[in-house]
Amino acid sequence: MTPSQQPILQTINLEKHFGGLVAVNNVSLDIYPGEVVGLVGDNGAGKSTLIKMISGVYRPDGGKILLDGQEVHFATPMEARQRGIETIYQDLALCENLDAPVNIFLGREPVRRTLGLFTVVNRSYMHDESQQVLDKLDIHIPNLNRPIREMSGGQRQAVAIARAVYWNARLMIMDEPTAALAVAEQRKVYELVRTLREQNVPVIIISHNLQDVFAVSDRIVVMRRGRKVGEVVTAETTTDEVVGLIVGATAVA
Amino acid sequence: MEKTEALSGSTNRPVRVIEFLGQAWAWLFLLALIVIFSITGQGFFSLFNFQSIGANMAIIMIMALGQTFVIIAGGIDLSTGFVMGMASVFGAMAMTSWIDPTTTPLPLVVLVGLVAGVGAGMVAGLINGWLIARLQVPPFIVTLGMLGISRGAGFLFSGGMPVPVKVEGLGQLGNGYLLYYHANTGLTFLSPGPGLSGADLRQLVGILPHPLTLMIVLVLICHWVLSRTKFGLYTYAIGGNREAALRAGIPVERHTISIYLLSASLAAMAGVLYNMRFTNGAANAGDALLLDSIAAVVIGGASMFGGEGTIIGTLIGALLIAVIQNGLVILAINPFWQFIAVGIVIILAVLVDRARAKVVK
Repeated sequence: MTPSQQPILQTINLEKHFGGLVAVNNVSLDIYPGEVVGLVGDNGAGKSTLIKMISGVYRPDGGKILLDGQEVHFATPMEARQRGIETIYQDLALCENLDAPVNIFLGREPVRRTLGLFTVVNRSYMHDESQQVLDKLDIHIPNLNRPIREMSGGQRQAVAIARAVYWNARLMIMDEPTAALAVAEQRKVYELVRTLREQNVPVIIISHNLQDVFAVSDRIVVMRRGRKVGEVVTAETTTDEVVGLIVGATAVA
Repeated sequence: MEKTEALSGSTNRPVRVIEFLGQAWAWLFLLALIVIFSITGQGFFSLFNFQSIGANMAIIMIMALGQTFVIIAGGIDLSTGFVMGMASVFGAMAMTSWIDPTTTPLPLVVLVGLVAGVGAGMVAGLINGWLIARLQVPPFIVTLGMLGISRGAGFLFSGGMPVPVKVEGLGQLGNGYLLYYHANTGLTFLSPGPGLSGADLRQLVGILPHPLTLMIVLVLICHWVLSRTKFGLYTYAIGGNREAALRAGIPVERHTISIYLLSASLAAMAGVLYNMRFTNGAANAGDALLLDSIAAVVIGGASMFGGEGTIIGTLIGALLIAVIQNGLVILAINPFWQFIAVGIVIILAVLVDRARAKVVK
């Protein structure tokens, strides 16, 4: 992360109102290639609303979003995804009755022709490509033909990440990625985040769990009541300082 | 295969046995029934009887095909029974009063019946799909309403009476065979060999009754669509996690409408098949068949919560029901026992499925 680099994503004075409530107030944020940014704050601090504007769920009421220095307006989450902003929500949005390859390709299935007339889903291609992306991320899933339902929480998270990576995510947003995971699986997710960083994909992690954030992030952005109240380098701060920012006991650093 | 089994670790022998039984129990149960009925029932084990089981189950199975798609997508279509009846009324009226069946060639008469019957069914299916997909009304409510509407429409248009279909040759078509065999004339296509009469006809063997052939063709098409195409995959995805399907960019609304359209169209086709088999149309023709067709889907392993099910499973379910009904008739057991037997099998099917799910997890 060098300051001279152009940020992949910039938000400038972003605002969102719900009726009289100002959910996000004048938030500016720069995300550089290959950095992991922790986004923390109490419930209702505006983290999710901010993320939903970046991922195309909400339209901002004020301010701008720049991707590679160009202003973008997303009408739908699909448009954001097409531009490389992949969001992994807490519920992962996986079809648990289907296997990993189908989930990775869902909505963008490769097809082939049979008898020169009928198009069918190309399962072997999906299987091979999925195996490759999973290998690249060092994820081991014993049997790719088993439904997601039969996988552990960590494996599911891994499939969701693999899907985003396969479709060339330029920026990954993860909402509470370790909330439902056992400790060993949390470590696996941290490893995946580091792998993404090595591949120069920036990651924004929203978490209530400061342990998470300190384990993987390079930078921590703190929100409180819709405003960005702090931005600290992880290596130069302490849990106490961040907690202070979250609850409003510490002045803006 | 060996390697993946070893890697997954938890898949030991007893689990695999239970998993196998969970998938194969319906086949084994069907086989056991066939053996039992063959030993105890006079005339059960014969080509003629097996073909009549096939011809008799065709209407239920065709309705169950559409229902399979609907249930996998996480819905239910309660209207197929009366949509089938309404289509049979429209088909019968179209074939006899919209055109003159005495001067129109038979294939054209059938085509007119199909267009009218399936057309009426498609209107019902479109309304179902539109209300469910666009306005998010629960499928149970929408199709329950459509059950009443198509029932009323069928009775109103038919004046509350069965509509006879007096068309030369239609009954022969609905009850005919694809192939005929006789020692004197050999194998002939579509009609018995020439010059057969009287005593000869008693030795005539029909092979593949038309309703069975139609059913087999539709089963193969639906199986292919469900297991190989995007349409099939999207059906599973929507039933598995509608929200995920939406976020993945699947056209969920359009697909949902298509599925209810498919279900109603197949039910309507079954209605026109009814016209040809029984040479009449009746608004309540499918009344008793709705639950059997849903039962076939459920026995076949589909989950009422969506996301699970196959065409082959539904086929086994329909076969089980048909064999039970036929076998009990041949054994001269009071027909009311059929309901009890099928009811037990439905509950058994769900219990087996749940036991399997527990073990696999």
